[in-house]
Amino acid sequence: MDKSLETPKKSNNTIWAIIFIIGAIMLIWSMTTSRTGQVWVTAESHSFSENPDGVYTPTQAGSGEIEWTTYNVVPENELTQVAINNGEATLSWSRTIGLWLAAIFTLFILSFLVGDNPAYKFAEAMVVGTSAGYVMVIGLWDVFVPNLLGKLLPGVVQGWALPGMSAEYISFWWVYFIPAILIVMLLFQLMPKGGWISRWPIAFFIGITAGYRMIGYVEADLVAQIKAGIVPLWISGEGGFEFWPSFNACLLTIATLSAMVYFFFSVEHKGLVGRIAKVGIWFLMITFGASFGYTVMGRIALLAARLEFLFGEWLHFIPSS
Amino acid sequence: MKRTVPLIIAIIAGFVLLIANFIPFAEGWGLTAQEWFNILAVGAMILGGGNLIKLHLKKVSSQRKGWGYSAVTIVCFFGTLLIGMLKWGVHPNPLYANYSWSGYYLESGSGLWWIYQHMVVPLTAMMFAMLAFYVATAAFRAFRAKNIEATLLLITAGIVLLGRTYAGVWLFGWLDWLPEGITHFNLAGIPWLPIDFYSLQFDRLTIWIMEVPNTAGTRAITIGIALGVVATSLRILLGVDRSYLGQD
Amino acid sequence: MLHALQNLDRRWIFLSMLIAVAIPILAKTVFPEVVSKQAKMVFDSIENLPDGSNILLSYDFDPASQGELLPMAQAFTRHCSIKGHKQYYMALWPLGSPMVDLSIDTIESEYPDMVYGEDYMKFDYKAGGEAVIRMITQDLRGMFPLDSRGVPLDQIPMTKNIKNIQDMDLIINVSAGDPGTKQWVQFAATPFGLTTISGCTGVQAPQMYPYIPEQLAGMLGAIKAAAEYEAAIDAVYPSINDNPKAQEAKRRMGPQLVAHGLMIGLIVLGNVIFFVSRKRGQA
Repeated sequence: MDKSLETPKKSNNTIWAIIFIIGAIMLIWSMTTSRTGQVWVTAESHSFSENPDGVYTPTQAGSGEIEWTTYNVVPENELTQVAINNGEATLSWSRTIGLWLAAIFTLFILSFLVGDNPAYKFAEAMVVGTSAGYVMVIGLWDVFVPNLLGKLLPGVVQGWALPGMSAEYISFWWVYFIPAILIVMLLFQLMPKGGWISRWPIAFFIGITAGYRMIGYVEADLVAQIKAGIVPLWISGEGGFEFWPSFNACLLTIATLSAMVYFFFSVEHKGLVGRIAKVGIWFLMITFGASFGYTVMGRIALLAARLEFLFGEWLHFIPSS
Repeated sequence: MKRTVPLIIAIIAGFVLLIANFIPFAEGWGLTAQEWFNILAVGAMILGGGNLIKLHLKKVSSQRKGWGYSAVTIVCFFGTLLIGMLKWGVHPNPLYANYSWSGYYLESGSGLWWIYQHMVVPLTAMMFAMLAFYVATAAFRAFRAKNIEATLLLITAGIVLLGRTYAGVWLFGWLDWLPEGITHFNLAGIPWLPIDFYSLQFDRLTIWIMEVPNTAGTRAITIGIALGVVATSLRILLGVDRSYLGQD
Repeated sequence: MLHALQNLDRRWIFLSMLIAVAIPILAKTVFPEVVSKQAKMVFDSIENLPDGSNILLSYDFDPASQGELLPMAQAFTRHCSIKGHKQYYMALWPLGSPMVDLSIDTIESEYPDMVYGEDYMKFDYKAGGEAVIRMITQDLRGMFPLDSRGVPLDQIPMTKNIKNIQDMDLIINVSAGDPGTKQWVQFAATPFGLTTISGCTGVQAPQMYPYIPEQLAGMLGAIKAAAEYEAAIDAVYPSINDNPKAQEAKRRMGPQLVAHGLMIGLIVLGNVIFFVSRKRGQA
């Protein structure tokens, strides 16, 4: 095994010590010069009272039958000591703790660069659990309740969670029992026995997807792309023949055809076919090089955003966006 | 029953969509199938969540190495699910203030919002941001100009990397010092053969690379993939490919 | 020296990448942006529409690509708001819905004269990817009986006369993968001729070029294009220069230049080591 790829275990302790010392210096510096990791909010009251039509409308704060308070974050650059002193802005403990946890979790993930460690594994376990739970909640409230329960039990859903929805049954509402039954059948996949029952909804998925993909790919990726590839090779403008646009059109056509020849594996790539395929590979390599350049750009932007969060929102070394 | 009915379902579902696409009379069938597909997609989410829990519960119950982390996953999953399902900390919709469950489940300040903002976002964003480091080590260790093809790839990557930053313009700033007769002229005096050295500026060269060679290569790949997808879809719709039915 | 470089601990490379990105951020390095042809095409697609046009914005990305795509999404929001276009927001990714909320927060804080339901509105997330696109090209209400605030579409001024997305003047898609730009091109732009522009990640951008300009009217590829788009907006609407939040993509280009230089240096160094050791091995 290439030794240079092994993480030298001896130097780990030294590296961790250096990281902690630098981190402590940065944190102390930040806390002595700014309100590190603090989130200040202003409160906004909401009051509602029932009008003669039975509808609850907004009313003056403090005089409503239904009341609650929401909080708006005060940006760091707008927060003044005056606002803090006179109680306009208050420290939000939940958001402050949340911000510190977000920073700590970010550092946990970053710690993987030094070597695999329990903090990273803990963060990894959390991201899997919370993401999965979050996606299920979204599916429940955005799709399951309005699009299924809302069809099968409109009155119940209207009185409970979606008062704007009609409480009337739509025509042929009973066909929505079919997707409901299919969902139950799909969950049989989790059972030790009877997993074959889930094949029905899976087959439905596969059939629909195959149908979609055929339509979409034939129209947009096959016919439209062939049409787009057939371009005039002799381009003239107001001043007569235009060399570079014509050159580009010819190169585009040659490159497309030669790359397609490369992908044609039913004929052996020898002789003329082999030479054309070789040219096709060269153009494909240019394509992959361009893809690599763009990919690098994308990854670095993601890292820059995370560092902006740490240096801006948490440590206040730079203005937070 | 175990294989025949699902096969028929797949074929009918696929053909309903195809027919609905071409025959206006059948458009309603297609819309219904699409609606069921969207609802069933939520079922797939529930299945995914269930599978995750099943896996991690097995690990915890058998006390395999690393079971503690599985316990963390389970706790986080159920915690998020409960907080979201119960709309903890969510106020009613101001338009329907007397309906306590009418609020937006991701309202700013609510429990699920807190989990999203302070756990989901930093964790997922940093996970993907780590790729920047790995791409750097890959560039150092694996990218070797061993042959013409690899050299072409690396040169193109270099031009694009520089061209998509200010360096692409700055590196050719010296062109501004040259007289225009040197930077712009017609080759051998031919009027339709203009030469413009500014076109070699990496930012413009990058645009040319993307619009000509990259478009050509990607178009070839796109057409190839489209042919493959059509073939695979046809095999499924005609019942030739039955791999999704699994083993008996 | 050669041996040391051949066996270089990769953590030194990690550290150099961290420093290459961190220092320009701390130094707040910003470079001038030259608006490219693609960014200009995207800018013109929105700018040349009559004020008050219907624009569907689909945010098909999640926090993992937020760093790259959120600046361009916010730039789209600001440009559409300045032009007074009616903005219809939706998301095909489960974690895309909160991204839409960020744009709506921008509208509420920076353009307080705009009214929900008259100038902008949001649809809930719906599962199904291309199935959602396919459905809403024909029947909007079949997929979205209500908006995200639980109000029926027939009661919202800006949706009551909208039957499906063929009534939209422009579709803007911000995409990080699948479902995303490709699906919008396949199921909306190509079959129905709907004018579509896209903002996508660096990974996806090169794959979308064949669709331009017949199927995709324009595309912003990665953070560089987002910075150029911001520059295009700044040039025509100079007052937006005073808003630091509107310069987010431009700020991220500072670390890009240094990091790209590092990447090229690493590639060159790696190849030098390879050729020198091969030569010494052959000697």
